[in-house]
Amino acid sequence: MKKVFTTFLVTLLAMTALCGCAGGTEASSEDKTSKNATYGGTVVVGIQQDIDGLDPHKVTAAGTKEILFNIFEGLVKCDENGDLTGAVAENYTLSDDGLTYTFNLRPGVKFHNGNTVTAEDVKYSLERASGLLDGTPLVSTLSAITAVDIVDEKTVRVSVGSVNPELIYSFTTAIIPNGSGEDSNADPIGTGPFRFVSYTPQEGIVVQKNEDYYIKGVPYLDEVDFKIVTSAETALMELRSGTIQIYPYLTDSEATEIQSEMQVLAAPSAVVQALFINNDVEPLNDPKVRQAICYAINREEVSGFVAGGDATIISSAMLPTLSSYYEDLNGTYGLTGDQEKAKQLLAEAGYPDGFDLTITIPSNYEFHMETGEVVAEQLKAVGINAKIDAVEWNTWLSDVYTDRKYETTICGITGDMTPGYLLNRFVSDSPKNFINFNSPEYDSVYANVLECKSMGERGILYKELQKILVDNAGTAFLQVPALKVALANNLGGYKFYPVYVQDMSSVYYTK
Amino acid sequence: MTYFIKKIATLIITLFLVSVLSFLAFQIIPGDVVNSILGTEATPEREQQLREELGLDKPPVQRYINWASGILHGDLGVSYRYSKNMNEMMPVTELIGDKLPVTLWLGLISIIFTVLFAIPLGVLWAGTKNRFLDGALNVLTQGSMAIPSFFLGILVTYLFGIIFKMFIPGAYVSYKKDFWAFVLYLIFPAIAIAIPKIGMTARFLRNSTLTELRADYVRTAKSKGASDKSILFKHVLRNAMLPVVTFVGMIIAEVIAGSIVVEQVFSLPGVGRLLISSISTRDFPVVQVLILYITMVVILVYFVVDVIYRELDPRIRVE
Repeated sequence: MKKVFTTFLVTLLAMTALCGCAGGTEASSEDKTSKNATYGGTVVVGIQQDIDGLDPHKVTAAGTKEILFNIFEGLVKCDENGDLTGAVAENYTLSDDGLTYTFNLRPGVKFHNGNTVTAEDVKYSLERASGLLDGTPLVSTLSAITAVDIVDEKTVRVSVGSVNPELIYSFTTAIIPNGSGEDSNADPIGTGPFRFVSYTPQEGIVVQKNEDYYIKGVPYLDEVDFKIVTSAETALMELRSGTIQIYPYLTDSEATEIQSEMQVLAAPSAVVQALFINNDVEPLNDPKVRQAICYAINREEVSGFVAGGDATIISSAMLPTLSSYYEDLNGTYGLTGDQEKAKQLLAEAGYPDGFDLTITIPSNYEFHMETGEVVAEQLKAVGINAKIDAVEWNTWLSDVYTDRKYETTICGITGDMTPGYLLNRFVSDSPKNFINFNSPEYDSVYANVLECKSMGERGILYKELQKILVDNAGTAFLQVPALKVALANNLGGYKFYPVYVQDMSSVYYTK
Repeated sequence: MTYFIKKIATLIITLFLVSVLSFLAFQIIPGDVVNSILGTEATPEREQQLREELGLDKPPVQRYINWASGILHGDLGVSYRYSKNMNEMMPVTELIGDKLPVTLWLGLISIIFTVLFAIPLGVLWAGTKNRFLDGALNVLTQGSMAIPSFFLGILVTYLFGIIFKMFIPGAYVSYKKDFWAFVLYLIFPAIAIAIPKIGMTARFLRNSTLTELRADYVRTAKSKGASDKSILFKHVLRNAMLPVVTFVGMIIAEVIAGSIVVEQVFSLPGVGRLLISSISTRDFPVVQVLILYITMVVILVYFVVDVIYRELDPRIRVE
């Protein structure tokens, strides 16, 4: 059995490597050039939007978290393989009943203000994030914490109310100096490889090397400027003229345009893109109609049009990179769909002539808009008269996501390291269940998940959940787009993570 | 004196109406700032907490009164969206104060370009008897006014930035870092703003000059034996310039209030761009103050133009 699993893993790795190479790009520039690494220098990274705050416990935007990753660290940290390693804590132990975590702090970790991290700082940070301090959990998963106790100078014990093998990933939550969350003049102070220097609204954020970082020899760069660029065209122009050196958000066509001039690296992103269907509105409350939509979509064609074949086609809610939990359901509706079957299902549901359908899409996401054009055409081919309604992001947030007043929408859900994150939103009473998916079967399996004490057991149930969701056609999953990063030719060491971060600590100028 | 009191009263009433209308607009448009900040990670507790923090749990009328009384006490409030440090939000004064110099310098440079080019051009045009030149100027100025400013911005970027490589598009340098590099970068967006204004002003000057040239005093001067040139410069231009003053005043008000489109195209962090992004993030305190600022600039500049006009033209004072 073990052997089979290893073979499977090797195959998977080989496939990932192949995917990476498909666009004429390489997955990592590291091994080739690490001998040429030099210290010093400034790198300007183009970012797409302004950050939504500097408080690591309060920020929610993925675009902010990816930058703050360089400044703040938790007790544990995610590495580029998706494994957790010790950060502020050197290691931890979990009690046999799964309810007590004991973290042993790494000796000599310093905050950017020069103070050594103490057990008090850790206690404060966890109590603040978990809501023990003022009743409002800032990191919702940490609300499971019931007490944080200081055992001694270097040891902190965290008690939780229920067993959850996925909770450990939440201990990546930033450790900040005791009291700094309430201090009105506090600059953001963390323990990460870079320290905060300045933030100018609409211009960007500047960080400098943390000379006292506990990993010797890291980071390489003296300074990193995260600069806001207003549009993709500006970004390309700035890349060419050298005013920015890294731009991590190339679309397929932009990557093709620029890859002869500079390095373009690609890797699978952590975004699950789908045509999300509101299960509560006529006629979409009929599973047959939703299945018809799933059959009508030719995923291969969609992906080929909008991602140039670099994306990973999926039919389930899980990221394929979380391989122990991913269930390949591409066979359910087929990679290319089945128009006849779709028409037949529509007829059975009482819509032989189709119906009118609105696809609401946040217009700032070019990728989702392009996907929408292709999907709409495919739906029209089976008689569903799909029309795209492009809305501004805030309108989308309030109408579609919060108020659930929509028919269908195309967007992406950014996953994290916990497989549960991508699946718990489809439980019928979840506040995040914006598709109004309602399956008693799903709910009862999910209830069983919470009882499981090991990830192995959970894995089996997670696969079952994915199957229920797809069999009921809760939503038409499309693809996991590729992440494409432009990098100046004299830079190396850029690393991709399975989570959405821009780790600048490994980036260096080559000789 | 009554004139000034009247003007000030108009200013206050206008500001009040504008502030009420923009407040109402914000109540009507979909999406609110709490949704915008918390995004898809919102939980009911966080929403509630944030609503209380921002004072959004109070009824709209009270919110407006609180805000207005703050303004009257000189407190412009804090942004909902931009942080100053880990725990404090950016005061609106600081936020706008930081962006205002960009817009003001951009405005100043484009006004200098406009006046420098439009007036000689207009005079030349009015004075010329060359049919070809007349036709060419007619087409050119008409064209410059017809091109949408975003397209003109892209055109200037492409021409001066990509082809002639006179500046690096997007390589804006903050005025705090290097003032001259900052001014140098502003020259090209200023050109993009100035081109349609030059077209309009030159056209305006030419028309008013031609009208004046038909006036009785021109015939009188001519019969006295004055040369065409001296008639044009000594008599006609002085009168022809009067309406142009008003027109340039309008242009000044427009560019100081912010060149939203051009700032966007050239990635300039000025008040125009701040306004756009604050609307899209529902950052009400910032939007409200910016709208008041723009209203005030327009009213004040018109007022100054009015005063200058009265000084220049005694006929108005008599009326």
